[in-house]
Amino acid sequence: MVEETSATGWETQLSKNEQIAIDVRDAVKRYGDFTALKTISLSIKDNEFFTLLGPSGCGKTTLLRMIAGFEDVTEGGIFLYGDEIENLPPYQRPVNTVFQNYALFPHMTILDNVAFGLEMRGANKSDARKKAGEMLELVQLSQFSARKPSQLSGGQQQRVALARALAPQPKVLLLDEPLSALDLKLRKAMQLELKHLQRETGITFIFVTHDQEEALTMSDRIAVMSAGELQQLGSPNDIYERPRNMFVADFIGETNLLEVSVDKVENGRAICHLGGGHELTCNAVDEVGVGSKVHLSIRPERLFMSEEPAEGESLKAKVRENIFVGTDITTILDLADGPEFIVRTSNSDRGNKRIFEPGTDMYVNMEVGAARLLVD
Amino acid sequence: MAAGAASGGSAVTDTYKDARTWLLLPAWLTLTILVAAPVFMMLIYSFLTKEFRGGVIWEFSLAAYDQFFFDRGLFGDDPAKIEWTYILIFWRSIWQAGAATILSLVIGFPTAYFIATRPEKSRPLWVFLITIPYWVNLLIRTVSMKFLLRDQGPLNDFLINIGLIDSPIHIVNTNFAVQLGLFYSYLPFMVLPIYAAVERYNFSLSEAAADLYATKATTLRRILLPAVKPGVIAGCILVFVPSMGSFLAPDLLGGAKNFMIGSLIEEQFKGNAGNWPFGAAASMILMSMVLVLLMFYARQQAKSEKAEG
Repeated sequence: MVEETSATGWETQLSKNEQIAIDVRDAVKRYGDFTALKTISLSIKDNEFFTLLGPSGCGKTTLLRMIAGFEDVTEGGIFLYGDEIENLPPYQRPVNTVFQNYALFPHMTILDNVAFGLEMRGANKSDARKKAGEMLELVQLSQFSARKPSQLSGGQQQRVALARALAPQPKVLLLDEPLSALDLKLRKAMQLELKHLQRETGITFIFVTHDQEEALTMSDRIAVMSAGELQQLGSPNDIYERPRNMFVADFIGETNLLEVSVDKVENGRAICHLGGGHELTCNAVDEVGVGSKVHLSIRPERLFMSEEPAEGESLKAKVRENIFVGTDITTILDLADGPEFIVRTSNSDRGNKRIFEPGTDMYVNMEVGAARLLVD
Repeated sequence: MAAGAASGGSAVTDTYKDARTWLLLPAWLTLTILVAAPVFMMLIYSFLTKEFRGGVIWEFSLAAYDQFFFDRGLFGDDPAKIEWTYILIFWRSIWQAGAATILSLVIGFPTAYFIATRPEKSRPLWVFLITIPYWVNLLIRTVSMKFLLRDQGPLNDFLINIGLIDSPIHIVNTNFAVQLGLFYSYLPFMVLPIYAAVERYNFSLSEAAADLYATKATTLRRILLPAVKPGVIAGCILVFVPSMGSFLAPDLLGGAKNFMIGSLIEEQFKGNAGNWPFGAAASMILMSMVLVLLMFYARQQAKSEKAEG
């Protein structure tokens, strides 16, 4: 459906099936008349930190719950290391889940919570507890093992949920927006901790989030989803630098989205014009032909301002407003008779790149090819 | 009150304190007149001397309690032996009420679970349906039950007609009939508290258990039941306690052999053959047993709440 956007398609490198941890093949999920997932196919590699990213209602959680076994698969199949699992009940699937609200058992101690999965897999009570104790050490909560979940803070509960899900050594760990209830600082710390845990344990992580920054920070690969469909699958870099369509460009990071019409295509470049008669050269995209009206995306940090037109692409504009946001300065510009532009100048670049007072006429510049045409 | 209020400080809190006193009055009146006073009267009566045509003579006596526990022969001058008659009736009451409670739990729990797992909109309808039979008077329901269960009744007819049995099964006038009657009388008291508990239950805990390789049976035993335990215990108390003192079901469905403590008490206050102090004493004994039971429950609750922090 959606092709790998990275330069070397990994699928050709794989000879054996075993290296694919989860293979979702033409999976469809319908609730009565409503289709939550429209024929999704994707392969998640062994030992990968894979993220399902999208706004709420895009079907990412549904897909995760189908892998876990909480939702039936209406059509299609799900394979775990080559074994078909979509008809197995959750308790027979060697995958574990970290739930959004943690779902810790309130009447059990932290230690017993973590030992539960091990016990259910047949370990005797003392072995299970010993192993659970080790898991709690791994997440640095040993001193709380005798407490009940309600006596722990949100961040601590989060780590218990993680230890509990990792304790039975699942083949794949599923994480359903596990960090959404934490405050910003704790969330950042947990992002790193999760990433380290994934490296240490070597377990495949499938992470669900609506936070694009979180996805970019943590993932090896990201599947961007919207309205029950896969929009793009690729590395964080691919998805950020080479968004495939308007949804992805808009959803991931901040961008200037402009409507343009294509005047000419030659030598892999497309000459386009936008409102006000301004002309821009971008990298051509196969599906976009001459005369078509499409959108163009330029990341604000790829733009810079100058008094005189710089080399590459330059457009005449007037500064409307400067907004100081700490690490950056965001400038809003109006193109003469054209659309507005957002330019981001890194605070550390202020020496090299100029900031202009509101009302100043200046030029906004970019390298040729920084603007990307999008398939709608 | 006024002095206490004055020391309370500002005029605003004074107003609230006055209002509080008045608003609490109905509750206090109800508790005093309808709960404390009758129990107190009963306690006094149990220590008085009986009047042969019913009623009491105002003279202190331990005869009622003595009669309950000890056998002193026909003329009351033999050496005291333990009187087993009433203890046996008591024991049967506990047994019958216990069986009815277990029956209610076995039927009531799945029912409550079923209702609690319906879509939120339709739950009130199911609860409403559960309560419909209880709009009919208890006496009429119990008599109807006797009619249904008797040897020539619809149940036996049906079983014979479908060929399951050849001759009617005798259900009426057995312990089982009484248990059925009690079960039917008090079933909603089991269903409603369990329903309330299951409705509050966080079903993602069941998912988490299944995710951690627990089968459905294990999830029920290790996760759901502990979580809804307060509702289950409340349901059991609400069925067991009134079943213990019930007299309609044992009278109508159990016959003379299956006498329960409720009937014994009822008999003491009915007609001319009664013995009021003895009835009062039996009531007090029943009540103290139930109280012990409730205190045990309250202590367990406090313990588990403390453990949960």
